Amino acid sequence: MPWNLNSDRPIFIQIIEKIQMDIISGLYHPGDKLPSVRDLAQEASVNPNTMQKALSELERTGLVYSQRTSGRFITEDTVMIDNLKSELAREIITQFLDNMEKLGIEKEEAISLISEISKGDGHDTVKM
Amino acid sequence: MTLLKCKELTKKYGNHTALSGINLQIESGHIIGLLGPNGSGKTTLIKMITGVLAPTSGTVCINDKPVGPESKSQISYLPDHTYLNPSMRVRDIMDFFEDFYEDFDSMRAYDMLAKLQINPNCKLKTLSKGTQEKVQLILVMSRRAKLYILDEPIARVDPAARDYILDTILSNYDETASILISTHLISDIENILDEVIFIQNGILHTHAGVDDLRQKEHKSIDTIFREVFKC
Repeated sequence: MPWNLNSDRPIFIQIIEKIQMDIISGLYHPGDKLPSVRDLAQEASVNPNTMQKALSELERTGLVYSQRTSGRFITEDTVMIDNLKSELAREIITQFLDNMEKLGIEKEEAISLISEISKGDGHDTVKM
Repeated sequence: MTLLKCKELTKKYGNHTALSGINLQIESGHIIGLLGPNGSGKTTLIKMITGVLAPTSGTVCINDKPVGPESKSQISYLPDHTYLNPSMRVRDIMDFFEDFYEDFDSMRAYDMLAKLQINPNCKLKTLSKGTQEKVQLILVMSRRAKLYILDEPIARVDPAARDYILDTILSNYDETASILISTHLISDIENILDEVIFIQNGILHTHAGVDDLRQKEHKSIDTIFREVFKC
Protein backbone atom coordinates (compact mmCIF):
# COMPACT_ATOMS: atom_id res chain seq x y z
CA MET A 1 0.00 0.00 0.00
CA PRO A 2 1.44 3.41 -0.91
CA TRP A 3 2.18 5.65 2.00
CA ASN A 4 -0.23 8.42 2.66
CA LEU A 5 1.82 11.31 1.34
CA ASN A 6 0.45 14.73 0.67
CA SER A 7 1.63 16.64 -2.37
CA ASP A 8 1.53 20.08 -0.73
CA ARG A 9 4.64 19.48 1.36
CA PRO A 10 8.08 18.25 0.41
CA ILE A 11 7.88 14.48 0.09
CA PHE A 12 11.23 13.77 1.75
CA ILE A 13 10.12 15.56 4.92
CA GLN A 14 6.97 13.47 5.07
CA ILE A 15 9.02 10.30 4.59
CA ILE A 16 11.26 11.33 7.49
CA GLU A 17 8.21 11.89 9.68
CA LYS A 18 6.72 8.55 8.70
CA ILE A 19 9.89 6.61 9.49
CA GLN A 20 10.34 8.50 12.77
CA MET A 21 6.78 7.54 13.64
CA ASP A 22 7.42 3.89 12.76
CA ILE A 23 10.44 3.90 15.05
CA ILE A 24 8.62 5.56 17.94
CA SER A 25 5.57 3.36 17.63
CA GLY A 26 7.76 0.26 17.72
CA LEU A 27 7.12 -0.96 14.17
CA TYR A 28 10.88 -0.81 13.84
CA HIS A 29 12.87 -1.87 16.89
CA PRO A 30 16.24 -0.46 17.86
CA GLY A 31 18.89 -2.19 15.76
CA ASP A 32 16.45 -3.39 13.11
CA LYS A 33 17.57 -3.37 9.52
CA LEU A 34 15.70 -1.06 7.20
CA PRO A 35 14.59 -2.32 3.78
CA SER A 36 16.68 -1.11 0.84
CA VAL A 37 16.16 2.34 -0.66
CA ARG A 38 14.66 0.76 -3.74
CA ASP A 39 12.20 -1.40 -1.80
CA LEU A 40 11.18 1.47 0.44
CA ALA A 41 10.75 3.77 -2.56
CA GLN A 42 8.55 1.24 -4.24
CA GLU A 43 6.51 0.65 -1.12
CA ALA A 44 5.96 4.39 -0.73
CA SER A 45 5.49 4.95 -4.49
CA VAL A 46 8.11 7.65 -4.56
CA ASN A 47 11.27 8.30 -6.48
CA PRO A 48 14.32 6.42 -5.10
CA ASN A 49 16.26 9.71 -5.05
CA THR A 50 13.67 11.21 -2.72
CA MET A 51 13.85 8.16 -0.45
CA GLN A 52 17.63 8.38 -0.48
CA LYS A 53 17.47 12.03 0.53
CA ALA A 54 15.12 11.25 3.42
CA LEU A 55 17.31 8.39 4.66
CA SER A 56 20.47 10.50 4.44
CA GLU A 57 18.73 13.12 6.53
CA LEU A 58 17.72 10.50 9.11
CA GLU A 59 21.29 9.31 9.12
CA ARG A 60 22.52 12.83 9.71
CA THR A 61 20.33 13.10 12.82
CA GLY A 62 21.69 9.75 14.04
CA LEU A 63 18.35 7.97 14.18
CA VAL A 64 19.50 5.66 11.44
CA TYR A 65 23.03 4.50 10.73
CA SER A 66 24.48 2.74 7.76
CA GLN A 67 26.98 -0.04 7.56
CA ARG A 68 29.00 0.03 4.41
CA THR A 69 28.03 -3.28 2.97
CA SER A 70 25.07 -4.52 4.93
CA GLY A 71 22.61 -1.65 4.74
CA ARG A 72 20.88 0.80 7.06
CA PHE A 73 19.86 0.13 10.64
CA ILE A 74 17.76 1.81 13.28
CA THR A 75 19.82 3.31 16.09
CA GLU A 76 20.29 1.24 19.24
CA ASP A 77 20.34 4.40 21.30
CA THR A 78 16.98 4.10 23.07
CA VAL A 79 17.52 7.42 24.85
CA MET A 80 17.55 9.12 21.49
CA ILE A 81 14.29 7.44 20.52
CA ASP A 82 12.71 8.44 23.84
CA ASN A 83 13.85 12.02 23.32
CA LEU A 84 12.33 12.05 19.89
CA LYS A 85 9.11 10.70 21.34
CA SER A 86 8.79 13.44 23.94
CA GLU A 87 9.79 16.05 21.39
CA LEU A 88 7.02 14.88 19.12
CA ALA A 89 4.53 14.78 22.00
CA ARG A 90 5.41 18.38 22.83
CA GLU A 91 4.88 19.40 19.23
CA ILE A 92 1.47 17.75 19.08
CA ILE A 93 0.38 19.35 22.35
CA THR A 94 1.57 22.80 21.30
CA GLN A 95 -0.34 22.43 18.09
CA PHE A 96 -3.40 21.29 20.01
CA LEU A 97 -3.24 24.28 22.33
CA ASP A 98 -2.91 26.59 19.34
CA ASN A 99 -6.02 25.07 17.83
CA MET A 100 -7.89 25.43 21.13
CA GLU A 101 -6.87 29.07 21.24
CA LYS A 102 -8.36 29.53 17.80
CA LEU A 103 -11.61 28.17 19.23
CA GLY A 104 -11.37 30.75 21.99
CA ILE A 105 -10.56 28.20 24.68
CA GLU A 106 -7.89 29.24 27.19
CA LYS A 107 -5.14 26.87 28.31
CA GLU A 108 -6.66 26.18 31.74
CA GLU A 109 -10.01 25.42 30.22
CA ALA A 110 -8.42 23.13 27.66
CA ILE A 111 -6.55 21.27 30.37
CA SER A 112 -9.66 20.74 32.45
CA LEU A 113 -11.50 19.58 29.34
CA ILE A 114 -8.75 17.04 28.72
CA SER A 115 -8.92 15.62 32.21
CA GLU A 116 -12.70 15.52 32.02
CA ILE A 117 -12.73 13.63 28.74
CA SER A 118 -9.86 11.32 29.65
CA LYS A 119 -11.67 10.17 32.81
CA GLY A 120 -13.81 8.19 30.48
CA ASP A 121 -17.19 9.51 31.61
CA GLY A 122 -17.03 12.34 29.06
CA HIS A 123 -20.67 12.73 28.02
CA ASP A 124 -19.53 14.79 25.05
CA THR A 125 -17.89 11.86 23.36
CA VAL A 126 -20.85 9.54 23.83
CA LYS A 127 -23.39 11.87 22.30
CA MET A 128 -21.91 11.49 18.86
CA MET B 1 26.74 13.27 -15.38
CA THR B 2 24.98 15.36 -18.00
CA LEU B 3 22.83 13.15 -20.15
CA LEU B 4 20.98 15.69 -22.23
CA LYS B 5 21.90 19.22 -23.14
CA CYS B 6 19.81 21.62 -25.22
CA LYS B 7 21.39 24.90 -26.27
CA GLU B 8 19.32 27.81 -27.62
CA LEU B 9 17.02 25.22 -29.15
CA THR B 10 14.46 26.79 -31.49
CA LYS B 11 11.84 25.31 -33.79
CA LYS B 12 9.71 27.24 -36.25
CA TYR B 13 6.88 25.83 -38.31
CA GLY B 14 6.67 28.44 -41.09
CA ASN B 15 5.95 31.72 -39.34
CA HIS B 16 4.92 30.05 -36.12
CA THR B 17 7.57 29.68 -33.44
CA ALA B 18 6.85 26.48 -31.51
CA LEU B 19 9.93 26.60 -29.28
CA SER B 20 12.32 29.43 -28.73
CA GLY B 21 15.76 29.51 -27.15
CA ILE B 22 15.43 26.47 -24.89
CA ASN B 23 18.48 25.93 -22.67
CA LEU B 24 18.15 22.75 -20.71
CA GLN B 25 20.35 20.24 -18.96
CA ILE B 26 19.28 16.86 -17.65
CA GLU B 27 21.48 14.72 -15.43
CA SER B 28 21.37 10.96 -15.30
CA GLY B 29 19.43 9.21 -12.55
CA HIS B 30 16.43 11.51 -12.45
CA ILE B 31 12.73 11.36 -13.20
CA ILE B 32 11.62 14.60 -14.74
CA GLY B 33 8.12 15.82 -15.54
CA LEU B 34 7.73 17.87 -18.70
CA LEU B 35 4.66 19.97 -18.08
CA GLY B 36 2.86 22.65 -19.99
CA PRO B 37 -0.58 23.45 -21.42
CA ASN B 38 -1.72 22.16 -24.80
CA GLY B 39 0.33 23.62 -27.63
CA SER B 40 3.13 24.84 -25.38
CA GLY B 41 5.78 22.88 -27.28
CA LYS B 42 6.29 19.72 -25.19
CA THR B 43 5.97 17.27 -28.04
CA THR B 44 8.08 19.47 -30.34
CA LEU B 45 10.85 19.44 -27.73
CA ILE B 46 10.59 15.68 -27.36
CA LYS B 47 10.69 15.16 -31.12
CA MET B 48 13.88 17.17 -31.42
CA ILE B 49 15.53 15.25 -28.58
CA THR B 50 14.62 11.95 -30.21
CA GLY B 51 15.73 13.11 -33.65
CA VAL B 52 12.29 12.92 -35.25
CA LEU B 53 12.40 16.65 -36.00
CA ALA B 54 15.40 18.78 -36.89
CA PRO B 55 15.79 22.05 -34.97
CA THR B 56 15.51 25.36 -36.85
CA SER B 57 18.47 26.55 -34.79
CA GLY B 58 20.33 25.51 -31.67
CA THR B 59 21.66 22.11 -30.66
CA VAL B 60 20.71 18.97 -28.75
CA CYS B 61 23.42 16.71 -27.35
CA ILE B 62 23.01 13.34 -25.71
CA ASN B 63 26.09 12.26 -23.75
CA ASP B 64 27.97 15.13 -25.41
CA LYS B 65 27.20 13.85 -28.88
CA PRO B 66 24.72 15.34 -31.36
CA VAL B 67 21.48 13.50 -32.11
CA GLY B 68 22.12 10.58 -34.46
CA PRO B 69 22.06 6.78 -34.63
CA GLU B 70 24.12 6.54 -31.46
CA SER B 71 21.83 8.78 -29.43
CA LYS B 72 18.79 6.94 -30.74
CA SER B 73 20.17 3.65 -29.49
CA GLN B 74 20.35 5.15 -26.00
CA ILE B 75 16.88 6.65 -25.96
CA SER B 76 13.72 4.65 -25.48
CA TYR B 77 10.86 6.73 -26.80
CA LEU B 78 7.11 6.37 -26.35
CA PRO B 79 5.50 8.72 -28.88
CA ASP B 80 2.06 10.25 -28.50
CA HIS B 81 0.82 8.24 -31.49
CA THR B 82 1.34 4.59 -32.18
CA TYR B 83 3.57 3.50 -35.04
CA LEU B 84 3.03 -0.22 -34.62
CA ASN B 85 1.22 -2.27 -37.22
CA PRO B 86 -2.22 -2.97 -35.70
CA SER B 87 -2.44 -6.33 -37.47
CA MET B 88 0.61 -7.69 -35.68
CA ARG B 89 0.29 -10.01 -32.74
CA VAL B 90 1.74 -8.78 -29.45
CA ARG B 91 4.20 -11.70 -29.57
CA ASP B 92 5.42 -10.66 -33.03
CA ILE B 93 5.87 -7.07 -31.91
CA MET B 94 8.03 -8.38 -29.05
CA ASP B 95 10.20 -10.22 -31.61
CA PHE B 96 10.30 -7.10 -33.73
CA PHE B 97 11.64 -5.08 -30.79
CA GLU B 98 14.07 -7.85 -29.89
CA ASP B 99 15.51 -7.68 -33.43
CA PHE B 100 15.53 -3.93 -33.52
CA TYR B 101 17.03 -3.03 -30.18
CA GLU B 102 20.08 -4.61 -28.68
CA ASP B 103 19.04 -3.55 -25.20
CA PHE B 104 15.54 -5.05 -25.32
CA ASP B 105 14.83 -7.43 -22.44
CA SER B 106 12.03 -9.72 -23.60
CA MET B 107 11.87 -11.60 -20.28
CA ARG B 108 10.99 -8.39 -18.58
CA ALA B 109 8.41 -7.56 -21.24
CA TYR B 110 6.66 -10.94 -21.02
CA ASP B 111 6.67 -10.70 -17.27
CA MET B 112 4.85 -7.36 -17.41
CA LEU B 113 2.40 -8.63 -20.02
CA ALA B 114 1.54 -11.50 -17.71
CA LYS B 115 1.07 -9.20 -14.73
CA LEU B 116 -1.34 -7.03 -16.72
CA GLN B 117 -3.02 -10.17 -18.08
CA ILE B 118 -2.39 -9.29 -21.71
CA ASN B 119 -2.42 -12.29 -24.02
CA PRO B 120 0.66 -12.16 -26.28
CA ASN B 121 -1.22 -14.03 -28.99
CA CYS B 122 -3.74 -11.21 -29.49
CA LYS B 123 -3.49 -8.92 -32.45
CA LEU B 124 -2.89 -5.35 -31.43
CA LYS B 125 -6.06 -4.06 -33.09
CA THR B 126 -8.26 -6.45 -31.09
CA LEU B 127 -7.12 -4.86 -27.83
CA SER B 128 -8.76 -1.84 -26.25
CA LYS B 129 -7.08 1.55 -26.58
CA GLY B 130 -5.91 1.46 -23.00
CA THR B 131 -4.46 -2.03 -23.39
CA GLN B 132 -2.69 -1.02 -26.60
CA GLU B 133 -1.17 1.81 -24.66
CA LYS B 134 -0.02 -0.58 -21.95
CA VAL B 135 1.62 -2.82 -24.57
CA GLN B 136 3.54 0.13 -25.98
CA LEU B 137 4.67 1.27 -22.57
CA ILE B 138 5.82 -2.25 -21.74
CA LEU B 139 7.87 -2.33 -24.95
CA VAL B 140 9.48 1.00 -24.20
CA MET B 141 10.21 0.27 -20.54
CA SER B 142 11.68 -3.14 -21.38
CA ARG B 143 14.67 -1.59 -23.04
CA ARG B 144 17.76 -0.92 -20.95
CA ALA B 145 18.11 2.62 -22.20
CA LYS B 146 19.94 5.63 -20.80
CA LEU B 147 17.03 7.98 -21.35
CA TYR B 148 13.36 7.10 -21.47
CA ILE B 149 11.08 9.67 -23.05
CA LEU B 150 7.42 9.08 -22.44
CA ASP B 151 4.95 11.36 -24.19
CA GLU B 152 1.61 11.14 -22.35
CA PRO B 153 2.11 7.57 -21.12
CA ILE B 154 -0.86 7.24 -18.80
CA ALA B 155 -3.55 9.40 -20.38
CA ARG B 156 -5.80 6.62 -21.59
CA VAL B 157 -5.36 3.94 -18.96
CA ASP B 158 -7.54 3.42 -15.91
CA PRO B 159 -6.35 4.60 -12.47
CA ALA B 160 -5.50 1.10 -11.23
CA ALA B 161 -3.37 0.36 -14.28
CA ARG B 162 -1.89 3.83 -13.90
CA ASP B 163 -0.63 2.86 -10.44
CA TYR B 164 0.82 -0.34 -11.85
CA ILE B 165 2.51 1.58 -14.66
CA LEU B 166 4.04 4.11 -12.28
CA ASP B 167 5.19 1.21 -10.15
CA THR B 168 6.68 -0.37 -13.27
CA ILE B 169 8.49 2.84 -14.11
CA LEU B 170 9.91 3.07 -10.58
CA SER B 171 10.97 -0.54 -10.34
CA ASN B 172 12.47 -0.82 -13.81
CA TYR B 173 14.61 2.18 -14.13
CA ASP B 174 18.14 1.95 -12.87
CA GLU B 175 19.98 4.79 -11.19
CA THR B 176 22.09 5.65 -14.20
CA ALA B 177 19.07 6.23 -16.45
CA SER B 178 16.74 9.21 -16.58
CA ILE B 179 13.08 9.40 -17.47
CA LEU B 180 11.40 12.40 -19.07
CA ILE B 181 7.61 12.21 -18.79
CA SER B 182 5.24 14.61 -20.47
CA THR B 183 1.72 14.55 -19.06
CA HIS B 184 -1.30 16.53 -17.96
CA LEU B 185 -2.08 14.14 -15.13
CA ILE B 186 0.23 15.89 -12.73
CA SER B 187 -1.34 14.87 -9.46
CA ASP B 188 -1.02 11.21 -10.43
CA ILE B 189 2.69 11.35 -11.07
CA GLU B 190 4.09 14.18 -9.02
CA ASN B 191 5.22 11.96 -6.15
CA ILE B 192 7.57 10.01 -8.38
CA LEU B 193 9.22 13.06 -9.95
CA ASP B 194 12.53 14.64 -8.87
CA GLU B 195 12.29 17.62 -11.16
CA VAL B 196 9.78 19.46 -13.25
CA ILE B 197 10.11 21.51 -16.39
CA PHE B 198 7.34 23.97 -17.16
CA ILE B 199 7.05 25.13 -20.75
CA GLN B 200 4.88 28.09 -21.62
CA ASN B 201 4.31 29.32 -25.18
CA GLY B 202 7.50 27.69 -26.40
CA ILE B 203 9.65 29.17 -23.65
CA LEU B 204 11.18 27.42 -20.66
CA HIS B 205 9.30 28.81 -17.66
CA THR B 206 10.72 26.81 -14.75
CA HIS B 207 13.14 23.96 -14.26
CA ALA B 208 13.39 23.02 -10.59
CA GLY B 209 13.37 20.21 -8.06
CA VAL B 210 9.85 19.26 -7.00
CA ASP B 211 10.53 19.27 -3.27
CA ASP B 212 12.25 22.67 -3.57
CA LEU B 213 9.19 24.04 -5.35
CA ARG B 214 6.85 22.57 -2.75
CA GLN B 215 8.95 23.98 0.06
CA LYS B 216 9.05 27.42 -1.54
CA GLU B 217 5.41 27.66 -2.53
CA HIS B 218 3.83 25.40 0.13
CA LYS B 219 1.71 23.94 -2.64
CA SER B 220 1.55 20.81 -4.73
CA ILE B 221 3.03 20.84 -8.23
CA ASP B 222 -0.49 20.35 -9.54
CA THR B 223 -1.65 23.54 -7.79
CA ILE B 224 1.41 25.50 -8.92
CA PHE B 225 0.77 24.38 -12.48
CA ARG B 226 -2.85 25.51 -12.29
CA GLU B 227 -1.76 28.91 -11.02
CA VAL B 228 1.05 29.46 -13.52
CA PHE B 229 -1.07 28.46 -16.49
CA LYS B 230 -4.40 29.90 -15.36
CA CYS B 231 -6.56 30.62 -18.40
